[in-house]
Amino acid sequence: MTVTVNVSTPRATRTEAPRRTGFRLPFSAWHLLLVPLALLFAIPLVWLLLSSVMTNAEINRFPPTLWPSHLDLGGYSYVLGHALFPRWFTNSLIVAVTAVVSNLVFGTLGGYAFARLRFAGSRVLLWIMLATMAVPFQLTMIPTFIVMRQLGLIDTLGALIVPSLVTPFAVFLMRQFFLSLPRELEEAAWIDGCSTLGVLVRIVLPLSRPALSTVAVLTFLTTWNDLTWPLIAINHDTQFTLQLGLTTFQGLHHTDWAAVMAGNVITVLPVLLAFLGAQKTFIQSVAAAGLKA
Amino acid sequence: MSSRLPTPITITPNRKPRRAGPRREAATAWAFISPAVLIIIGLSVIPVVWSLLLSFQANDLVTPSRWVGLENYDALVQDPNFGQAVWNTVLYVPLSIVFGLALALVLNQRIRFVGLYRTLMFIPFVVSATAQGVLFSFILDPQFGVANSLLHRLGLSTQGFLTDPSQALLVLVGITLWSGTGFCVVVYLAALQEVPPSLVEAARLDGAGRWQVLRHVVLPTLRPITVFLLLWQAINALQVFDLVYVTTKGGPLGSTTVIVYFVWQQAFKTFTAGYGAAAAYVVAVALLVIAVLLRVTRRRRMEGATR
Repeated sequence: MTVTVNVSTPRATRTEAPRRTGFRLPFSAWHLLLVPLALLFAIPLVWLLLSSVMTNAEINRFPPTLWPSHLDLGGYSYVLGHALFPRWFTNSLIVAVTAVVSNLVFGTLGGYAFARLRFAGSRVLLWIMLATMAVPFQLTMIPTFIVMRQLGLIDTLGALIVPSLVTPFAVFLMRQFFLSLPRELEEAAWIDGCSTLGVLVRIVLPLSRPALSTVAVLTFLTTWNDLTWPLIAINHDTQFTLQLGLTTFQGLHHTDWAAVMAGNVITVLPVLLAFLGAQKTFIQSVAAAGLKA
Repeated sequence: MSSRLPTPITITPNRKPRRAGPRREAATAWAFISPAVLIIIGLSVIPVVWSLLLSFQANDLVTPSRWVGLENYDALVQDPNFGQAVWNTVLYVPLSIVFGLALALVLNQRIRFVGLYRTLMFIPFVVSATAQGVLFSFILDPQFGVANSLLHRLGLSTQGFLTDPSQALLVLVGITLWSGTGFCVVVYLAALQEVPPSLVEAARLDGAGRWQVLRHVVLPTLRPITVFLLLWQAINALQVFDLVYVTTKGGPLGSTTVIVYFVWQQAFKTFTAGYGAAAAYVVAVALLVIAVLLRVTRRRRMEGATR
């Protein structure tokens, strides 16, 4: 047995040894594939940034200019001067931040109840919760619209906030995380006479940063980026979110590409900056959502 | 009682310490979950049932609805637009999975700048479909777009892209691949980290080559993730709406009318909400069947495999 091991270990590493051919690349051949691919992913966004600082004359020239002759902020000043763009930005921010905070609070509370507390019906409820995660939105959007209209929320930010207050996903993700924590710490606190809420806030939450940031990141991403529901629920342009505003703006100014691209940059930038600032959290969150769901 | 020796106060190990009686615990639990339950039942469970009822009605969202039985479903079967909408949606799913897996496998090797590549591929995923749509209708604009100008410079013929009925859907699939592949890559990369190295090592020692290790060790361990991604991408593909709304509005000539766009049009444009609900239901049931089938085949394979 040991003989085989000794023989095959060098064989396993043989692939790394120099090939027969005299010529060798100074880097892995995979880069020849990966560099063009990476460029393919990056170039549209680079082009977005570049065109937002071009003049329309430069953009509309045929063939179009690929590099702006100078930094032209005309598009931005038009967009920011446009009465409603800042308002749309604020609307989006209000909706997304409310959704993040409330998903953190209700997701934590619900997840903890499902993970640690015993109550009649918990299994059935959990099952229902899981089942609703798989319900596609088009199935619920018409009745949700009717409910929101009945509540008088159509055309207000309330119609955008209420359905995103808590998702089954947030509850489930928090539950899974709490289940992975050791019980002993909480039990010690219970014995010391701490209330359930006290245990949750003082003992459990400080340990839950990874799960909380996953919920926060994914909630922000989905609410900030959503267009379907705002399109259905909002008609009046003062209540638009940024995504809804951007499409309307594009429809009205389809020749003013510099301004449209400037608006587009403003729409994308918050998420992009958040991503670049907390890349690890983003990627881990998405991976975790994939691996755990 | 008093004749017995005093026993030290301990907590019996098999009984978990509890703060209060079970009734108190249940009350706390309900207080904790009621907001979530209220929202989820009110805005998910009830609408699901409601949608089913709607699909048997003629409803214009304004006047009281009228019961029409299976008429909506009948009409749906004969509607060529619906058939097209379903077909338009199916194309994207396998492509994104295959691309994602291939790229993840490449990136999982010991090469330099893997982090940079991963970041670049993932960035489009955080960009909203709206922004993608606006950006690509600019890049692919038949007259002023940079894509056509590059083709022109290379001496190739210019394309209609989103304005050409025979290309539009493929272009949309391409855009979705651009933004969605990074997700598959990241999930697969995370899953690849969890492939036990001892397993790979063992296979190597048994004389398995690279390809055999991939086929018999790595891919089988990735199967649950692949199943998840298939479902996830299928659900996402069936939900594509924003991108279509922003770029083509279902056109040209209905070539990009995907399912949600169809439902949205029926409900909120032509005000035939019952018909829209029926369409949504057909798709949801199809999705459910896919999910169940995937689970069943997976379970069967797991049982069949010698572990």
